[in-house]
Amino acid sequence: MTTASAPPRQGPSLSGNSLRAGRLPRWAEPVVLLAVAAVVAIAFLLIGFSLTGWVIVTAILYVVAIGVVSALVENRRKATDRVVRALVTIAFLLAMLPLVSTLWTVIANGIGQLNWDFISQTGGARFDPETLEVTTTPGALQAVVGTLEITGIAAIISIPIGLLTAIYLVEYSRPNQPVRRIVTFLVDVMTGIPSIVAGLFAFSLFTLLVGPKAFSGFSASIALCVLMIPIVVRSSEEMLRLVPDELREASYALGVTKSRTITKVVLRTALAGLVTGIVLAIARVVGETAPIFIAASFTDNFNANPFNGPMQTLPVLAYTGYKFPGQDIAASNASAWGAALLLVILVVIFNLIARLVARFFAPKTGRR
Amino acid sequence: MSDSTIVDASLGESAPADRTATGPAPRIPGGRTRVGAAPSRVGDRVFLGLSTGSAWLIMVILAGVALFLIIKAAPAIAANWADNPELNSGPTAGWPSFWAYVAPLIWGTLWSSLLALVFGAPVAIGIALFISHYAPRRLAGVLGYLIDLLAAVPSIVFGLWGIFVVRDFLKPLNQFLNDYLGWIPLFAGTPTADGSSVISSTGSTILAGAVVLAVMILPIITSITREIFLQTPGLHEEAALALGATRWEMVKLAVLPYARSGMVSATLLGLGRALGETMAIAMIISPGILFSVKLLTEGENSQTIAANIAINFPIATELQRDALIGTGLMLFVISFAVNFVARWIVARTAPDAKRRSRKAKAS
Repeated sequence: MTTASAPPRQGPSLSGNSLRAGRLPRWAEPVVLLAVAAVVAIAFLLIGFSLTGWVIVTAILYVVAIGVVSALVENRRKATDRVVRALVTIAFLLAMLPLVSTLWTVIANGIGQLNWDFISQTGGARFDPETLEVTTTPGALQAVVGTLEITGIAAIISIPIGLLTAIYLVEYSRPNQPVRRIVTFLVDVMTGIPSIVAGLFAFSLFTLLVGPKAFSGFSASIALCVLMIPIVVRSSEEMLRLVPDELREASYALGVTKSRTITKVVLRTALAGLVTGIVLAIARVVGETAPIFIAASFTDNFNANPFNGPMQTLPVLAYTGYKFPGQDIAASNASAWGAALLLVILVVIFNLIARLVARFFAPKTGRR
Repeated sequence: MSDSTIVDASLGESAPADRTATGPAPRIPGGRTRVGAAPSRVGDRVFLGLSTGSAWLIMVILAGVALFLIIKAAPAIAANWADNPELNSGPTAGWPSFWAYVAPLIWGTLWSSLLALVFGAPVAIGIALFISHYAPRRLAGVLGYLIDLLAAVPSIVFGLWGIFVVRDFLKPLNQFLNDYLGWIPLFAGTPTADGSSVISSTGSTILAGAVVLAVMILPIITSITREIFLQTPGLHEEAALALGATRWEMVKLAVLPYARSGMVSATLLGLGRALGETMAIAMIISPGILFSVKLLTEGENSQTIAANIAINFPIATELQRDALIGTGLMLFVISFAVNFVARWIVARTAPDAKRRSRKAKAS
């Protein structure tokens, strides 16, 4: 929309009196940046170098310097413009810092852990009564199985409910119907439910239904459903609305029933978008820690039965490995990092799948 | 894009109306009923039933969340805490009533979220501005994707990152703030016996927690404000530029006024996210259940509801768990209120912006 609005950056100056007002050349900004960086580097070399200090001071002084230079050569309005440009660029770089730092930390700490044994063994501490020694085996099989089962069950429940709700909202309900307004509003509210509250809900539900100590993988799946359904509804609704009405009308005109139109025309056209949204929703909930921790608790034992007993998952393994370490603290922390890295890899895989689906199976009306 | 509501209105009005008017069973002239027509009519009804049922199920689930939390929490909320041996021990020891217990936790929740907003929101809006109006247009998509990547990082990973990186990173800053601005209550240390004061030596401060929280709410605020910035009518922008405005003046004159309510609601949605964020705070700060505004101390960091639940849930007894669930209920109410206000602002001001913001959340 704003494509046409890009102002010419060279050519006659837009502001000020172009006959009199000076104008900084295009290379002025990088040159000022380099100069400031060099000066600060020299200053820091004299008092002891620190990379973070250098970057921070450079950023601050650059904003000041470009403002002053521009105010001297150009005018105050242009100076403000350049300062704001510098500030928003710094804001963006500031956000890249945690992203890079987080990924680097996880990879650097977790890569040593990650091998086939870690994925294929049940980890935990074993007490040997004969020698009175505790041996800690690194392993995350129980957590991998738990994560896949809990997320899988949550997905199996959430996807139909979410998808059908979206179909109801887009295909069946009328815009001003109260039910539709209420459902839309409640879905909005549901997106805002704190994840830990979802966990408490599942815990309360199962405690009241099954009795105390009702920790189970299924309970955690229910908690994840509460978080996942609104995401699925939102993304599916958005995708269904992108299906052009002409397709629906053409189908009705041929005498096709509504349900057939939805399944054969609408859903098929929106398929790629729907799959993308659903995979992203799975990626979102797979990393949830708090609700699973509350609803499924944690365990070192291998438990593949989601309907009975506590289950371990990757995010919870990362949490407990750090927060409640075993006797060998270093080993516990190491397995926490391994689990965190495994989790990040899982999330990245899901995101990649979503992107690939979006790219290769994009609907022919592609308006994303 | 602005015609999307029109499209959706016409779809909702015309399509179902047509169907009910003409009847769903297509008949071929000549009296022969098409084979398979009857099953589709049944299929139609089943499909309608299923999708309507799902929509109602959403309401049931939400009502269920509130209901089960209330049922489970009621005994602890109603109990007399001072006389109850179970409530007067362990994680809930020493409080006269549920409300006395939950009040400092609510304060801690609001305080940490507010700090996160103060750190995060300006940066997030700056990023949105950078991506929408300053970055080279070809790069904008990639840059937006990078920010969205931040949203994909699991919270537990941010927690670990906070512990091992942010805490140490902020230590010099903590020292600096305390040395030079220690007279401001925010940056004061914990008083010690000899009259001096100390700040956290481990870095497990609420400042570190809030910084991590700020990083976690960045992507949601950025994605919503970015979408709204991009919707600014191009003619407004071009008019400002044609009058000789610099780019910043154009943003100030055309973009920001247009996006004001969107920015407010995006910030509130970010606040909603920060309120419920559990792991980062639970792992990073060294908490106390108290009213405190101090940023740099060890143990004088106001605990949040979510983190308090996460830490105490495994060690709590039955009734204590009910009390924790009661605090969770309060968190539910608070975040419900914040989200309600945010959605209300969006709905009241810009019908078009509403659809956009939802899309930003969904994708």
